[in-house]
Parts: sequence; C-alpha cells; structure tokens
Amino acid sequence: MLERLSDFWSLNATYVLAIIAANLLIGFMLVHAIFSVWLERKVAGRIQDRLGPTRVGGKFGWLQTLADGMKLLVKEDSIPASADQFLFRLGPYIVLLGSFLAFIALPFGDGVIARDMNIGLFFMLAIMSSEVFGIILIGYGSGSKWSLFGGMREAAQMISYEIPMALCVLVPVVVAGSMNLSEVAKSQSGIWNWYIFHDPFTFCAFWTYFTCAMASCKRAPFDLAEAESELVAGFHTEYSGFRWLVIFMAEYGSMFAVSGIAVIMFLGGWSLGLPFELTDFFGTTLGLGFFGVVVGNVINVTVFIVKGWFLVFVMMWVRWTLPRLRIDQVMMMCLKYLIPIGCVLLAGVSVWVLFVPIILQQIVGWLLFILSLAGLGYMGFQLRTWVSAPPGAGMPGMWRMEGLPGYQGATKSV
Amino acid sequence: MFDAEMFMFWLIASLTGLCAIATVITQNIVRSATWLLFTLAGTSSIFFLLGADFVGAIQLLIYVGGTMVLVVFGVMLTAQGPFVNMRTSGAEWAISIVAGLMLLGVLCFGLTSFQNLPTGEALAKAKDAHTKQRKANDPKTSTHASTIGQALSGVGYGPIYKRMPPLPPTKDAKGNLVTLPGVPRETERIHYLLPFEIVSVHLLVVLIGAAYLARAKRRRGGKA
Repeated sequence: MLERLSDFWSLNATYVLAIIAANLLIGFMLVHAIFSVWLERKVAGRIQDRLGPTRVGGKFGWLQTLADGMKLLVKEDSIPASADQFLFRLGPYIVLLGSFLAFIALPFGDGVIARDMNIGLFFMLAIMSSEVFGIILIGYGSGSKWSLFGGMREAAQMISYEIPMALCVLVPVVVAGSMNLSEVAKSQSGIWNWYIFHDPFTFCAFWTYFTCAMASCKRAPFDLAEAESELVAGFHTEYSGFRWLVIFMAEYGSMFAVSGIAVIMFLGGWSLGLPFELTDFFGTTLGLGFFGVVVGNVINVTVFIVKGWFLVFVMMWVRWTLPRLRIDQVMMMCLKYLIPIGCVLLAGVSVWVLFVPIILQQIVGWLLFILSLAGLGYMGFQLRTWVSAPPGAGMPGMWRMEGLPGYQGATKSV
Repeated sequence: MFDAEMFMFWLIASLTGLCAIATVITQNIVRSATWLLFTLAGTSSIFFLLGADFVGAIQLLIYVGGTMVLVVFGVMLTAQGPFVNMRTSGAEWAISIVAGLMLLGVLCFGLTSFQNLPTGEALAKAKDAHTKQRKANDPKTSTHASTIGQALSGVGYGPIYKRMPPLPPTKDAKGNLVTLPGVPRETERIHYLLPFEIVSVHLLVVLIGAAYLARAKRRRGGKA
C-alpha cells in the first residue's frame, strides 16, 4: 500500500500540487472578493459622507458581505424567456475562468507561484483578454437591448484598452529584460530600485498602466458597460442570484490581478523595500533553513497582498470620486491619447536604457525617488491639515467662498 | 499504473474533439462561435500540457481575440437577417464532407509516414529529457520562444554554412595537381518567414472580404 502510494506520488506529484495550488488560489479569490466588497462599501460611504455598513458582525459591519452573499445565494435565479439559455448560463463561468486563470502565473512571494512561466506576464494579459468573451456572451445571451449595448461597449472598450496596457507593461520589461514575473520582482531589491523610480518613462508608464487597468476592469470612470444611468445595469441587467455573484467575484478577482501586475512590474513585487530577499535572509544568513524560508515567505505574501489591496483601494477611491465619462470620450482617451503615450514611453525607455550613461540614469533615478517621497510627504501633510481643520476652513480643493453672502468664514486659520 | 499526464491529455483531446464536432453541427452562429472558442482553448491547453507556454499563450491571445471579433461581427451583421440560424444545403454538406475527408487523409498519411517515433527505452529517455527541459525554466537556457521568434522573423536557426567535401584534385594552368578547398555553401537553415508572410496576407484577404460583406449588406438594406 505504502509503495503504491509513493509510486503514485512520484508519478503525479505535479498534479496533486496543482490541485492544492488551485484550491488555495480559489480560496484567496473568495476572501479577496469578500474583503473588497466590504471595503468598497466602506470607502464609498466615507467618500459620500456616510458611514457605510455598521451593524452586521459587530464593529465596522465587517460581516456585511457574508450577509449579502447569503441573500444572493437564496435569491431566485431567473432566466428571461427571450434569452439564449445555454449562453446565458455559460457566460458568467467564462468570465470567472478568465479572471481565475490569471492568478496561476501571479507570484505571491519568492517561489509562491502556481506555475512559474518564462512568459508569465504575457500569459496573464492573454488570459485576462478572454474574460471579454464571457461578457459578450452575457450581453448577447440575455436577449435584452440593455445587455447587448453593455456587452458591445465592453467589447470595444476592452479590445482598445488592451493595446496601451500591453505597451505600458512592456516598459519595465525592457528595463528588466525578462517577462518572468518572479525574475522581474526579484530584480528590484531595495525601495530605491523599484522600477517606478527607475527613469521618467517607467514613472509615467505606471500611471498610464493603472489608468488602462482600471478601464479594463470596467471600473468607474470607465464603467460604461454597466452605466446605470443609461443602460439600467448594462450587461448584467438580467442576472440575479448566484450567477450575478459569479460575475462580481470575477470582477473583483481581475481587479486584484491587474493590481498584482502593477505591484510586480513597478512596485517591487513582494519586497518590503529592503535591499535583500527575506527568504534568503532568514534561510541562509540567519541559518534557519526551510523554516526561515517559510517565515520569509509568510512576510512576503502578506506584503504582496497588502500592496495589491492598496492599489485596489485606489481604484475604489477613484471610482467614487470621479464622474463617469461618455462612451466616445472613453474611446477617444484610449485611441488618441493612451496609445500614443504608450508608444512614446516604450520608445523612450528603449533609448534611455541603451544610450543614456549609467551615472545619469542613477542620478535621475535617485531624484525621482526623492521627489516622490517629498510629494507623498506633502500629500500626508495636506491630509493632516484637512482632517484637523475646523468646519468652514479652507480645505485643499475647496471652493473659496469669501465674499459670498452668508459665508461665516473660518474661525481659525490653519 | 495511473498516469495523470496521459489521462489529462486524453481528457483535453477528447473534449476538444467534441467541441470541434459541436462547432460544425450547431446551426446558431453565436453558439457555434462559442464552441469554436472552446476548441481553440482546448488546443492551447494541450500546448500548456506539453510545456509550450509561449505557443499556448499566443494561441489564446490571437484565437480567442479572433473568435471574439467573429462573434461581434456575427451579431452585428446578422442579427436581423436569416444568418442567425444557418441552414446547410445537401450540396454544402457533401462538399464539406469531401474536404474534411481529404484533410483527414493528409493528416493520417503524415502521421503514419513519420517513421522515427521512439519506442521502448528510447521513448522513456526522450520523456525524461523532456521533463528535465520543462523543469529548467530559466529563460537564459531555455531557448524555445526566442528560437521560434527568430525563425519567424527570417533569421534562421541552425549552422550558417556547411563545408562541402573537398573537390577532387584538379590540374591548374601550369599542369600541377592542386587540391581546392570545399566551397562553403548555405545549408537548409530553418526559417518560417515565407509561411508567416503567406498567413498574414491570407488574414488581409479575410479582412477585406469581411469589410466588403459589411458594406454590401448596408447598401442593399437602403440608405441607413
């Protein structure tokens, strides 16, 4: 019996490990979706001067999503009479598959990856583009004009935004010389070596990439596919219950996936910002062996997930702050601005890496790093004054109201 | 002994085959395109199973995107016409069966005429080497993607020149026997530039055809 087991193990270890990895990833996607939905409601509430969920689960309403999920599970799963039943049922699962498969190539830590590929980045972009297919099927299969419009808009938007997204992601690839996500992450040791601070082109590429990523996740201000004010709910108008849940799990999953790409390509991956790899430090330098590698990777994975969640939070922040664009503005922004910007960045970074002397590269890199820190500090200072300001005091971005009738003025200048 | 790799291969291959059959016999154009998508995704998962990540990802990106455009065109161009459900006539069936059988014949001929399939110990050795190659995931040593890329761009892969065997001794103008060195000549370097270009021109033809169909339809339907 034991011999057979070991035989089985030696033959099929890859597959057993694959099943374990898949289960871990699905678990992470679920927890991430639960957490992000709660976070979204809290962030939306705070930005709109409300409290957001407060009751379920004691403090902060942190079990609100579970209650929502249970409600959705027992909700009636209705299919319109005019729908194409087969496609209507199939669509959400294709969307979820596209979102989930991207996680296979996403490294969470040093070696914490389901399949370490040479071309991990390319694989992620390719597999996330198949998500659109599910949305087109949803839009077409629902048999409703709102859904069809939403699906078509989504198709046009996603296909267009893939181009600048890929161009921007190629910028750090040029610097790193690899498409292997683990290698790219490992080549940025020390916070001053993160690719966002490498040169002006990577710095701009980060913001351009993040804009495109938001558009490809169909988040506001680019959520034209589900614009409530014009299309009821866009492509998922006819969905309810579990299938709706699946669509949204996929959306939150791909939000983390694109944020994960941004973290790995620009923000140092799982690194804490220290100039050495934590697994090496605990495992080799401190001589803890395998235990040290595990400890290092626990820290790595935590850091990576926190960074990813921070970018997801920024997406929510933008969503609840900016108004929605029009569909022609969305397309114009991509085709007239983002694609040329992406081309210029790619050409620029190639010239930079090839022809600019190393010493100048380093000076500019340090300058960018210091300026970014100063900018962050200034923002923090502004935020602090804003929070501690008395009512009516001039806040950053607030309209100046002196001279208006009825304005009582600040009681204390800050 | 239960071999998971073979099991996975047969599972994916049979599912891909079933989806291919469904693509052909489905009458609804969008459903047919969906089955086509599954067929192509199945092919790419076979590539992934064999460790050819790059080809698999290319397959996904290009063909899934292509199928998507097909669906968008299919929906947009044929939503109101009789094209949503395609009725196939007997003659079309006959032609497609003949063409399919011919393709099957070519494929079977190609498979059976390939004599050098390793068996027994050689097969085990080849499998072992293959696994080792897959585990060596270092981009510096594994040259698959770059090799294919170079071959596609016409650089070629393989030795540049092969020396001919030295020519037989000949008499020069003064009547002395001399041995001329072998003339270097180009060998058959592997490159796929021509097929690559042919495929792209083929795609251009398809693109023009699609544009022509779309315009012709609009003209027939009145000035809308």
